[in-house]
Amino acid sequence: MTILSRRRFLQIGAGVAGAGTAAALSPGTPVWADFFGSAQPGDVVETVPTYCDLCFWKCAAIATKKNGRLWKIEGNPADPLSRGRLCPRGTGGVGTYYDTDRLHSPLLRRKSRGEDEWSEVTWDEALGFIADKLKKIRAEHGPEAVAYFSHGIGGNFLKHTFKAFGTPNLVAPSYAQCRGPRDVGFQLTFGEDVATPERTDIAKARCLVLVGSHLGENMHNSQVQEFAEAVGAGATVIVADPRFSVAASKAKHYLPVKPGTDIALLLAWMNVLVAENLYDHAFVETHGFGFDAFRAEIAACTPEWAYPITTIEPEAIRETAREMARHRPATLVHPGRHVTWYGDDAQRSRAIALVNALLGNWGREGGFYFPASFALAKYPYPAYPHSERGTVDNPGGKYPFADLGLTNGIRAATLSGQPYPIKGWFVYATNLMQAMPNQEETIRAIQALDLMVVVDVVPSEIAGWADVVLPESVYLERYDDFNTEAFREPFVSLRQPVVESPGDQRPNWWIARELAMKLGLGAYYPWQSVEEYLEARLAGTGLALAEMKRRGVVVGPHRPINVEEGHPLAFPTPSGKVEFWSTQLAEKGFDAVPKYTPHAEPPPGYFRLLFGRAPVHTFSRTQTNPLLHEAMPENEVWVHADVARRWVLENGRKVRLVNQDGVISQPVKVKATERIRTDCVYLVHGFGQTAKGLKRAVGKGASDAQLITRYAVDPLMGGTGMNVNFVTFQPVAGAEA
Amino acid sequence: MARFGMVIDTQRCVGCMDCVVACKTENQVPEGFNRDWIATEVRGKFPTLALEIRTERCNHCDSPPCVTCCPTGASHVEELGKIVLVDPELCIGCKACLASCPYDARFIHPEGYADKCTFCIHRVKEGKDPACVAVCPTRCMHFGDFADPNSEVSRLLAARVHHALIPEAGTSPRIFYLT
Amino acid sequence: MTELTTTRANPLIDPALHVWGWEIPLYLFLGGLVAGMMVISGYFLFSGRWRNTRSACYVLPGMSLVLLSLGMLALFLDLERKLFVWRLYTTFEPLSPMSWGAWILVLVYPALVANLLLRVPAPLRAQAPALGALSDRLVERPAALRWIGAMNMIWGGLLGIYTGVLLSALGARPLWNSALLGPLFLVSGLSAAAAFVHLIAPDVGERELMAKADNGFLIAELVFIALFLIGLLSSTAAHVHAAGLILGGPFGALFWVGVIGLGIVLPLSIQLLAVQHRVAHTPIAPLLVIAGGLALRFVLVQAGQVSHWNRIPSF
Repeated sequence: MTILSRRRFLQIGAGVAGAGTAAALSPGTPVWADFFGSAQPGDVVETVPTYCDLCFWKCAAIATKKNGRLWKIEGNPADPLSRGRLCPRGTGGVGTYYDTDRLHSPLLRRKSRGEDEWSEVTWDEALGFIADKLKKIRAEHGPEAVAYFSHGIGGNFLKHTFKAFGTPNLVAPSYAQCRGPRDVGFQLTFGEDVATPERTDIAKARCLVLVGSHLGENMHNSQVQEFAEAVGAGATVIVADPRFSVAASKAKHYLPVKPGTDIALLLAWMNVLVAENLYDHAFVETHGFGFDAFRAEIAACTPEWAYPITTIEPEAIRETAREMARHRPATLVHPGRHVTWYGDDAQRSRAIALVNALLGNWGREGGFYFPASFALAKYPYPAYPHSERGTVDNPGGKYPFADLGLTNGIRAATLSGQPYPIKGWFVYATNLMQAMPNQEETIRAIQALDLMVVVDVVPSEIAGWADVVLPESVYLERYDDFNTEAFREPFVSLRQPVVESPGDQRPNWWIARELAMKLGLGAYYPWQSVEEYLEARLAGTGLALAEMKRRGVVVGPHRPINVEEGHPLAFPTPSGKVEFWSTQLAEKGFDAVPKYTPHAEPPPGYFRLLFGRAPVHTFSRTQTNPLLHEAMPENEVWVHADVARRWVLENGRKVRLVNQDGVISQPVKVKATERIRTDCVYLVHGFGQTAKGLKRAVGKGASDAQLITRYAVDPLMGGTGMNVNFVTFQPVAGAEA
Repeated sequence: MARFGMVIDTQRCVGCMDCVVACKTENQVPEGFNRDWIATEVRGKFPTLALEIRTERCNHCDSPPCVTCCPTGASHVEELGKIVLVDPELCIGCKACLASCPYDARFIHPEGYADKCTFCIHRVKEGKDPACVAVCPTRCMHFGDFADPNSEVSRLLAARVHHALIPEAGTSPRIFYLT
Repeated sequence: MTELTTTRANPLIDPALHVWGWEIPLYLFLGGLVAGMMVISGYFLFSGRWRNTRSACYVLPGMSLVLLSLGMLALFLDLERKLFVWRLYTTFEPLSPMSWGAWILVLVYPALVANLLLRVPAPLRAQAPALGALSDRLVERPAALRWIGAMNMIWGGLLGIYTGVLLSALGARPLWNSALLGPLFLVSGLSAAAAFVHLIAPDVGERELMAKADNGFLIAELVFIALFLIGLLSSTAAHVHAAGLILGGPFGALFWVGVIGLGIVLPLSIQLLAVQHRVAHTPIAPLLVIAGGLALRFVLVQAGQVSHWNRIPSF
């Protein structure tokens, strides 16, 4: 009887103290829980502004130190992105500094790739090794044979180095594994993409439609803040999602759409808006191209047609379409962000764009606005070398509408050697093992390389596959480039060191510069210190670096962002109008108007694997942050309660997931719930990590990425649809349960 | 006499745990312990479901049993806003207060004294909101004086349907949830 | 169907409250036992029947001192901030039963010592003649004897009742929401004390008397337990659920077998037959009574912590 045995809190208390003395601690890493209580009289409290790096949103923040030690981080009230309030990850940012799993010195692998055995080396040795290898690759295969993978603004300086080196193969997983299809879908329709941060005027929307987007669990700060504003103002929320998300709980209409059938639902909405004359006639007449052809294409896509496909009742489809029309133009069908689902994702995003077009909300309050950015001088670098061969990721323009590099394209070229070999990967701040589908392909590609370099802050899974691991300082310890992303208000924010790195970590600008020096690219680094660079970028703005260091973020004068404020409507498409019918698509042999194509269904006894986000974590990069780890130490597999009963899966006990190719996951807790359809299961992404240096994260939960062995490539732009894997359950024996 | 409390709009709350993380860093709450937490309730059968997400903590009750049961006077009610606090210097760690709380809001700090949400009294004294209220990105949390009928919290209660937790326990909690 | 999840996982609190382990039930039992002993020995003192040095009652005060100190040691061990224990005695909190208890315990010792003073043994008299002299003076005054007897009965009674009030004042645990806990613990303590004397008394008359008294106390205990349960079962859903924890549930076996069956009904049956001379007196019965008293405290303290108000409000 467990009640009679008293848990010894003293052991837990000892654990807290013990964390400070654990052997895994790098020398000098401070212990977070070392001091208790808030500021007392006599304490020296100091604030330093910066901007956050827990995700790519880059909210401006203010870090507070007490007696020289990092205490807490809060939002900068002047920041348009966060309006003074950070999200839970940003608030937990001190955890990146105190993370006991941090890398603390450059590492050189001792054995074969992936065996995870390392020697600590000096920066000179590490960068020298890398430079030598890069030069060798350049001599044998040309500079293009080196590919650079990155995520986040910290990758800018390294990108500059590699551009100077002469490779055009610069990619980010955020395109082909995330938002790429969405931006292509919108470009094909409106001529512009959705932007980051998304140009969605959620706060003023009177009707917000989310198709699979789970704002509130997906914690893009400004989006969630605006979502709450809209909800608080009584906006009607419509959610189509196989899972009853937090957003769904705030919806007036929740449509439990069958996974893979969203295009049918969107087409049916278009059909109702057109058939019942609820669309914005003026907008379509003035700005629409190919509407009649479009109308003909969707004429058969009635709610009755969509019902057996989507399992959404025709009346519900009609009611929600009418609801959307009722509030237009302040009705916003959110484009989502991570949209790489089934391989027809650019077309699905185009369908979303078309619904928005029918509602006439482009450039309108409550719809899509025109973001404005703060103009900063570009640093006067010499011109980059031009590559005759061009990029390797999209040979022959196989994916005609891809406008950014494809990570999976690089990987394919690395494996095949076509159209030309890729011999080196340099990876900055992205765990490709969890970001890219089919881990086995990634591993095979890495094994084919002459050089694999990873820059990271913890010994992540991808770092485990490197030849050289370079430990970066976390954002609280370094300068980075200014953030001038376009938003509702033009702004510029600065990232500056708050505390010193506890070990031999260095900032990315230093790594980029030193590597460039060793590669003989000194001409591209005429500035001696990063402060010099930053000061130069402020030229002409009337701002000095000293003032930026004091204020953290400066907001420029407001510019009109929508029609109501006087911004003109223009559509940089081939027709100069909103393309209801896309000639570009037709010419390339694609559907000019999206069509619904059925996708493979789960075999009997299998369930479609869906994955998404939790508000306290960012991908797989925050699981060792002590604060965020504590908030959510592991993920759970969401299973419908009836399914759980039938499979004898007890809530809170563990199970293994086995996919259609026989890949078996780590044990993961079951969440038996009513909040999901019976034909699918759901995991929060980023768990089930295997790198043994990640002591807090290893063995916690299951990895969706491991189970994503199949992926559907989007023929328009090369994105990898990943919701195409199916899993069944395997019981877990004894102690593991 | 001011009576501080909170009004929390569950319509806006998304359960992001920002309040939990902010409390941890502001108050250096030891690892493994929580002064505040998120409770989620789901009712119904798919797809007709209702969800309530609540950020919970000590309710700083008007009739706090944790204060009456304390044998040393460590657990007491402050003059400032009638905030319920524990004086670590007086606490012997008998845990009667832990057992007396119907909300299980207290815990034993590794140093042996009873600990819980303090409404960030150190911030309140400076005219600031508690850390959880100040950080909340959905702005669903409101802190103020219930003794003042014109305060935001009083007006919110007058205008919106609300409930408190376990009212039948008779402690008169001062945290209310707008539904 | 309702799903309720929480992100809280505080030690000692989640998934169910378990702040008190073995120390508190042991203390409550020893406190109750000592309370019973004080009432019994105080009664005999008050009614002038204490002088038989061979009676078990003669040794009760000394035993009480030892047992109470053991109980207080258990209490001390339970504290999470032991070095601050003196803070109990820098204040008196009239609304806190624990504060009452802390001071009652302080006053119990003088009552016990006064009782002991009436019985200074020869070796000690030789060592400290002043003590002997004081003892003799006290023994000669019937008023003093009655006072000391009354004090022992009163403080003993308070000690016995307060251990129950300690729990019943914690309204957050529905199982303990009963005014009967105080009287129940006192009666249980009296029963254990009477059983103790029954067990060790060399004198047959004393044994019989204590057995009969114990039978009375055991019957009262059964009545109080029944009323306690009826009170819960006729109250709110939370109270009905709480009662269910010991009537069936995780604590059902310990309650029915340990507390009721072996702790009361069986020894009562044996002792009823024994005092009617139908069976011989056996130490088994009083031992079971004492074990049953301990079991009663364990069940109530552990099950009580698990009981809780309905956490799900209606919305």
